[in-house]
Amino acid sequence: MRAPLSWIRDYVDLPAEVNAEELAHELTALGLKLEALEKPGEDITGPLVVGRVLTMEPEPQKNGKTINWCTVDVGDANGTGEPQGIVCGAHNFAPGDLVVVVLPGAVLPGGFEISARKTYGHLSAGMICSSRELGLGDDHEGIIVLPADAGKPGDDVFELLHLRDEVIEFEINPDRAYALSLRGIAREAALARSVPFTDPAARPVPEANGDGYPVVVDDADGCPVFVTRTVTGFDPAAPTPSWMSRRLFLAGMRPISLGVDVTNYVMLELGQPIHGYDGDKLAGPIRVRRATEGERLRTLDGVDRTLSSEDLLITDDSGPIGLAGVMGGETTELSGTTTHVVIEAAHFDPVSIFRTQKRHKLPSEASKRFERGVDPKLPAYASQRVAELLTTYGGGTVEPGATQVGTAPSRPQIRIATDLPARVTGMEIDAATTVANLQAVGCRVEVDGAELTAVPPSWRPDLNDPFDLVEEVARIVGYDQVPSILPTATSGRGLSREQRLRRRVGRTLAGAGCVEVLSFPFVGDAAFDALGLPAEDVLRHTVRLANPLSSEDPSYTTTLLPGLLRAAGRNLGRGAPGVALFETGTVAFPADRGPAPIYGVERRPTVDELATLLEALPEQPLHLAVVLAGERERSGWWGAGREAGWSDAIGVVRRLGDELGVEVTVDAAARMPWHPGRCARVSLGGDELGHAGELHPRVCQAFGLPPRTAVAEIDLDVLMRHARDVVPGPQFSTYPVAKEDVALVVATSVTAAAVEAALREGAGELLESIRLFDVYTGDQVGAGHKSLAFALRFRAPDRTLTEQETAAARDAAVALAAERTGAVQRA
Amino acid sequence: MSGPNSDYDPVEVTPLKPEEVEAARDAALAAIGAATDLEGLKRVRIEHTGDRSPLALANREIGALPPQARKEAGQRIGQARGAVNKALAERQAVLEVEHEERMLVEETVDVTLPTDRVAAGARHPITTGSERIADVFLAMGWEVAEGPVIEAEWLNFDALNLGADHPARTMQDTFWTEPQDQGIVLRTHTSPVQARTMLTRTPPIYVVCPGRVFRTDEYDATHSPMFHQVEGLVVDEGITMAHLKGTLDHFAESMFGEGITTRFRPSYFPFTEPSAEVDLVCFVCRGAAGVVESCRTCRGEGWIEWGGCGMVNPRVLRACGVDPERFTGFAFGMGIDRTLMFRHAIEDLRGFFEGDVRFTTAFGTEI
Repeated sequence: MRAPLSWIRDYVDLPAEVNAEELAHELTALGLKLEALEKPGEDITGPLVVGRVLTMEPEPQKNGKTINWCTVDVGDANGTGEPQGIVCGAHNFAPGDLVVVVLPGAVLPGGFEISARKTYGHLSAGMICSSRELGLGDDHEGIIVLPADAGKPGDDVFELLHLRDEVIEFEINPDRAYALSLRGIAREAALARSVPFTDPAARPVPEANGDGYPVVVDDADGCPVFVTRTVTGFDPAAPTPSWMSRRLFLAGMRPISLGVDVTNYVMLELGQPIHGYDGDKLAGPIRVRRATEGERLRTLDGVDRTLSSEDLLITDDSGPIGLAGVMGGETTELSGTTTHVVIEAAHFDPVSIFRTQKRHKLPSEASKRFERGVDPKLPAYASQRVAELLTTYGGGTVEPGATQVGTAPSRPQIRIATDLPARVTGMEIDAATTVANLQAVGCRVEVDGAELTAVPPSWRPDLNDPFDLVEEVARIVGYDQVPSILPTATSGRGLSREQRLRRRVGRTLAGAGCVEVLSFPFVGDAAFDALGLPAEDVLRHTVRLANPLSSEDPSYTTTLLPGLLRAAGRNLGRGAPGVALFETGTVAFPADRGPAPIYGVERRPTVDELATLLEALPEQPLHLAVVLAGERERSGWWGAGREAGWSDAIGVVRRLGDELGVEVTVDAAARMPWHPGRCARVSLGGDELGHAGELHPRVCQAFGLPPRTAVAEIDLDVLMRHARDVVPGPQFSTYPVAKEDVALVVATSVTAAAVEAALREGAGELLESIRLFDVYTGDQVGAGHKSLAFALRFRAPDRTLTEQETAAARDAAVALAAERTGAVQRA
Repeated sequence: MSGPNSDYDPVEVTPLKPEEVEAARDAALAAIGAATDLEGLKRVRIEHTGDRSPLALANREIGALPPQARKEAGQRIGQARGAVNKALAERQAVLEVEHEERMLVEETVDVTLPTDRVAAGARHPITTGSERIADVFLAMGWEVAEGPVIEAEWLNFDALNLGADHPARTMQDTFWTEPQDQGIVLRTHTSPVQARTMLTRTPPIYVVCPGRVFRTDEYDATHSPMFHQVEGLVVDEGITMAHLKGTLDHFAESMFGEGITTRFRPSYFPFTEPSAEVDLVCFVCRGAAGVVESCRTCRGEGWIEWGGCGMVNPRVLRACGVDPERFTGFAFGMGIDRTLMFRHAIEDLRGFFEGDVRFTTAFGTEI
C-alpha cells in the first residue's frame, strides 16, 4: 500500500517538520512495515512557474517538424518581467493558455539542467513542460495546459502541481486490512504520534430510503450490506482534477477517467471498494445471488469466465454483470458516454471473495480488501463520498434515493483480565494503560473489577480473541519495551539416538572423503528412464505433486540417485577429475491409505483420529546415497592413482556398518540401475539395507558419467534401527597369536563370502579373525577356478596354543570349506 | 698346537712370547683403528678376535704351559684381548654413530611433496549449521524435535490457525500432493512440528526443530522451492514474550557473537498472537554511525530481518490439546539458509543446492 505523506496529513495533524522517514519508522514499530520510501519531485529545482502564452509562431523545419516560436509571460520570475522567448515542439495549446514554464537554472528529473540555448534559429530561454518531463505521469502527447484559473504568470507551480511529495510504501499484514486505506494508515499515524485523527468517512449521509437503484440480495450471508446511490447528468468528458490524478498516480494507480478515478480514489481513501455502473445499461433490479454451475461472465479484463455455484454474482435482468467483490463485467462498465452512474458500495463475506478470487486466479484491488475484511459500516459513507466527488468534478446531480439492503453485523464482546497483557508479554502494563490503549484503537471498553469487556470497532474485524487485544495493547506500549529473560528449561535429554547416529553417519562419510550435497527431491519419468528402471519398478510408484514446478519432475522422489548423479555430472563437467558425493534425505512412497482428514480445531483430535491422519501420510524413510566417479585416489609421486569402482561403493556401506557396530551382509544381486554382475544387495540380519556397486554402463551414459561409476543407496532408518546401542566391554586374550595362511581353489562362481563363512565355522572357537588377502586366477588354478588366500589368526583365552591345536583348527576349517564349497587347498 | 706338556718342563711356546702377544695386540688395534665402516670392523673382529685369530690361538696354548707359567701367560693374553675388545667396542660405537648419521642424511626426503592421495570430504554447511543451532538449544536443556516433510494439511495449516480460507495460506505457496483433496502437502514451514510436539508430549515443552521446507517459489539467488527453517517452541506455565526475547537474544549472540541482539516489530502470523518480526543487529556494521550507512549486509538499516515469532495462539494450543488457561507458550522460526548466508556472506542461495564440491568443501572446516 502506497501512501503519499500529503494525503496522510489530510486526516492527521502532523507537525510540519515530521518527514516520511520518521513517520514510516514510527509506523513500522506499530506494525505497518516500511517497504520503500520515495520522494517524487525531490530531483526538481526551480524556477518552475506558471506562464501565459502571448504569441506562438509555427515555423516548419527542414526535418519535417514544425516548431512553435513562443513568447510567454512569466511575470517577474525571469527577473525582468519581459516575455520569455521559448521554442516548443508541442501543438496542444494556443495563445492565452496557461502553461508550465521551466526557466534557465532549473533542474528537471534525471539531472536535466535547463539553460538558454540556441535552437532552430532562436535563443530558447527555457522550456514549456509536459507531464512526463516533470515526472508527473506518462503523458507525453503534449505540454500541460493549466486551467484558466490556475494562477497568474510567475506563480510557483510546485504546490499547484503537487510536484513534491513523499510516498511511503507499506507492507500490510493480512490482519490489518483497514490499513489498505489512507483512512487506516492515518489512524495509525495519529496513534503513533498521539495526535488527533479526522475520520474521512465521517460525513453526513442521507437515511437509507429505498429510493435508490433497486437491489435484491438473495444471499445475505455472502452479502450482508449492499448500498446503491445514483448520479444523473454526469459529464463523462469532464477531466479528473490534477490533485486527484496526482494522488492516484503516487498511490500506484493509473488515472483513467473521472468516473473510474473517483471510485478508485474513494477505495484508497476509505478502503471500501466501489463499483460504478452505467445506469443506462442496467436492466431491471440489481440482484446478488450465487452463480449456477457453468454460468458465464465476461469480466472487465476481457476474459470470458465459467462460473461455479460458489461464486457470488451481481446480476440484472440480462444475467451476470459482475463477480461480486472481485471484478465487474464488461457490459455495464462506465464508459466515455456514461451520464447516469449507479454506485455500488457493498460488504461481502471474506471467505466467499477469497475463494472466488482463488478459483478464477483473479486477485484485484477489491478482492484484496474484501477477503481481508472491510469495515462493514462504510458502504453508506463511501457511496456518498463517491457521489459528491462525481458531481463536484463532473457535474450532474446526486439523486436523493439511497438504497441499503442489510446492516453491518455487530462486533463481539471480548472479556479479558486487565492484567492479561502484562502476563502474556512480561512487560509492566497496568490496567489504566490497557484500557487507554484499547480505546486508542477504537474499542469500547468497560472495566469490571479485575476484568474488562472490549467491543472492537467496525473497522477491526481481526480483533476477536483475548490475545488479539493483548497485541493491540502491547504494540502501543512498544515491543521495544519487552524485557529479555532467558527461560529455564526443564532438563532435556540431549540428542535422541537417531539424531546422534545421523551425525555419526555424516562424519563417517566426510571422513571417507565424500562431500555432502542437498538436491531437490523432485523427480519424473525421464530420471527413472535414465536409471533404466523397468516399468513395474516400485520406485516408479511415486507421491505425485498436484502443482509441480516443472512438469518433467512431477513427483517427490523415491530415490536419491537422480539428484546425486546430476550433481556428480555437474562437478565432472566443471573439471573435477573425480567426485565422491553423498546425500541423506527422505524419499517417499505413497501410503495409498486414503485422504488425511481435515479435523476441526476446537479440540485436540482423538488418539484414533490422529492415528488415521498420520497413517494417511506417505512412508518417508531416510535414505543415504553415495556416488563415486572418476579418480578416487590421485596419481602422484607415490605411483598411479585409482579410478572409483564397484568396491568403493560397497566399501562405504561396510565402513558405515563398522562405524555403527553392525556387520553388513553382502550378497550378489541384480537390480537397476546397477551393473547386473557388479551389484550387491546389502542387508542386516535379514532386513534389506539397499544396494551398492557399479552403475550399469547405460546408466553411466544416460547421466554423462564415466564408466565404472559406483553408487550405493541404503535405508538409513534400517541401519540405525540395527545400530549397536550399548557396547559390552570387550575381553581379549594376551596369549600369543598363532597365524595360519590357507589358499583354497574354488569354482569362479563360488563367492568369497561363502568360503569365508565355511572357514570361520569350521575353525571353531579358537579362530580370532579371518581375512581374505589375495585372489588369484590364471594358469596355476585352471580355467573356471580361482584361488582365495586367507590369513587366519588363532588364539586361546587361557593358554598358548600348541602347533598341533592350531593345525587341527586350520584343517577343520579347510575341511568344512571343502565340504561346503568344493574348495581344494593349494599345495 | 703343541702336545700336552706332560713333564711340566717349561717349554718355550712361541705364540706366548710377550713380544708375539704384543705384536698380535698391536696388529689388532691397528686394524680396528683402520676400519672405516661397520662392515670393515666386522671383518677386523673376525680376523683379530675370531677362533683363528693369533690371540685366540695363543690363548689355547696356555694349557700347554707348566702350571707356574700359566698365570703369567694368561694375564698377558687376557690383557691383550681386553685391550682389543675394548677398542672394538669403542670403534663399533663410533662407527654406529657415523653410520646412523650417514643413513639419516641419505634417507632425507622432500617433505614438501604432496600427500593428498584421497581428497577430503565435507559435510554440507546446512547440516553443520543446523547442528550448531541445535547445540545452542541443547546446551540450554531443550530437545530437538522432528517431523516428516510430506505432512498432513491439518497439521501444516489448520492446527496452526490457518484455516482453508485464510488469506495467509496463499502467502505460503504450497506444493500439494495429488489429488489435491487428499489433505497432504509438502510442509511449507517447520511449524507443523510444533503441532506434532504438543500433540505427543505434555508441557513443559522446550524444543527446537530444524528442517527442510518447501514453497512453490521460482529458483533464483534469494528464493528456492526447497529451503531450511529452524523452529523453536516453548510451552510452560508463566511463559511470556520476555522469555521469547531472552531466548532469541541468546540464540543471536550464540550464532553471531556477543552484542548481537534482537528487536521485535509487530507482525502477523496466524499461529502466534501477539506476533513479531525479529530483526538482528547487523553483525557486520553493528549499526554503528559512520559505518552503517555504507553497510552492504544490512543495506544501511543497522538491522537484518531474521525471522518471525510470537506467543503461541491459544487457538493452536487448544487444537493441540494444551490447556490455554494453564499454559502459555512462544514460538519462533527463521531460515537456516538465510542465517548462514548472513553469517558467511554467501550471495547466491543456489550455491547450497548445486552440489559443487568447491562450495561444500569450503565449509568442511565448520565446527
